[in-house]
Amino acid sequence: MKRIFQDIWYSVQDFLQTFGSSQLFLVRILAGVPAAFLRPGLIIKQIHGSGVLSLAIIGISGFFVGMVLSLQAYNSLARFGATESLGVLAALALTRELGPVVTALLFAGRAGTALASEIGLMRATDQLSGMEMMAVDPVRRVVVPRFIGGVIAMPLLAAIFSAMGLFGAWLEGVMLLGVDEGAFWQQMRSQVDVYDDVLAGILKSFVFGIAASLLAVFEGYNSIPTAEGVSRATTRTVVLTALAVLVLNFMLTAVLIGEV
Amino acid sequence: MQQTRAVEIGTGLFVFLGIVALFFLTTRVTNFDSYEGDEGYTLTARFDNIGTLKLRSPVSMSGVKVGRVSSIVFDDEMLEAVVELRIDAHYSKIPNDSDASILTQGILGGQYIGLEAGGSEEFFVDQDEIQFTQSALVLEKLVSKYLFSRGDKEDK
Repeated sequence: MKRIFQDIWYSVQDFLQTFGSSQLFLVRILAGVPAAFLRPGLIIKQIHGSGVLSLAIIGISGFFVGMVLSLQAYNSLARFGATESLGVLAALALTRELGPVVTALLFAGRAGTALASEIGLMRATDQLSGMEMMAVDPVRRVVVPRFIGGVIAMPLLAAIFSAMGLFGAWLEGVMLLGVDEGAFWQQMRSQVDVYDDVLAGILKSFVFGIAASLLAVFEGYNSIPTAEGVSRATTRTVVLTALAVLVLNFMLTAVLIGEV
Repeated sequence: MQQTRAVEIGTGLFVFLGIVALFFLTTRVTNFDSYEGDEGYTLTARFDNIGTLKLRSPVSMSGVKVGRVSSIVFDDEMLEAVVELRIDAHYSKIPNDSDASILTQGILGGQYIGLEAGGSEEFFVDQDEIQFTQSALVLEKLVSKYLFSRGDKEDK
């Protein structure tokens, strides 16, 4: 019995320690951000790594999410004879929720793991220690550009996801199911708000970008320098990012809706 | 060198695509244009009950949107709702005895303000007040009125 309580106590301590040290790591990263913009080449390379290379998965996922959203909504809306509201429904669902959240989850799987394993492998092969020996701060040289790249890439990816999703919804709804095209766009335009819906979604994805990039670089940087440690770091990145994004999503949505 | 060039072109294309997507979302999908063209004049109208009228609800005349609701406040001295209507500048010839009523779009639609033209030769100008107003119909009141009027008849 005592063992169980002790285990729980240790895991609580462990969680708090991870939480605290990741926050301290964020402070260290933020301190290095202004200097990083003096070398934009490094940042561009990282935007390429986490943004451009994620483009295919984001675009295709967005497209099919939009298609299935349209198909499901059409069948439900047809019961009320309100199939013209398909456009509004798809646009609100994509810009407010699906765009930011699904993009963040895909980003964790595609770019977060790459970041964590790359930095983890640098740790395992003593490249980071090597930099320290040469008086190069590995946080500034390796971590900060990757963090900034992720934070910049995420809102753009979310916007592309939503736009592709709307294209999918339009293709399925208007072209295949025969919803009136004018009603589809017109109702969407009259019901969707720039600030409350689109910009709130972009704000969300910006926060998710910070969370996902931070967790990826944090797990990679603090990974145990063995092959097993790197694989654990990538797994933890995906698990923690998914949890963090879903929890943050609820909190942000509550705050943003309270504001309206 | 060739590789960095490819990376830079790819990144530029990605950022460009992202901005295009954002532009598409804000301009094509939303009511962005209702924020633009703020040229116009403001009218006020007082209602006993505004129902579920909201900020930015449309103001229409003969079914054509001529403006939108720009503020809703409750006047605690007169005990009435005071609604400000922002009318687009090119609808400057609305007779100043026109009346405003709160109507509902469709069955599930939101409420809007409908203006009904009067016969006056003079037109509304900025900061005018609409004298003739009709409140929103509240379903519960309507039902209770109907029930009570039936009750009265049965008593007789």
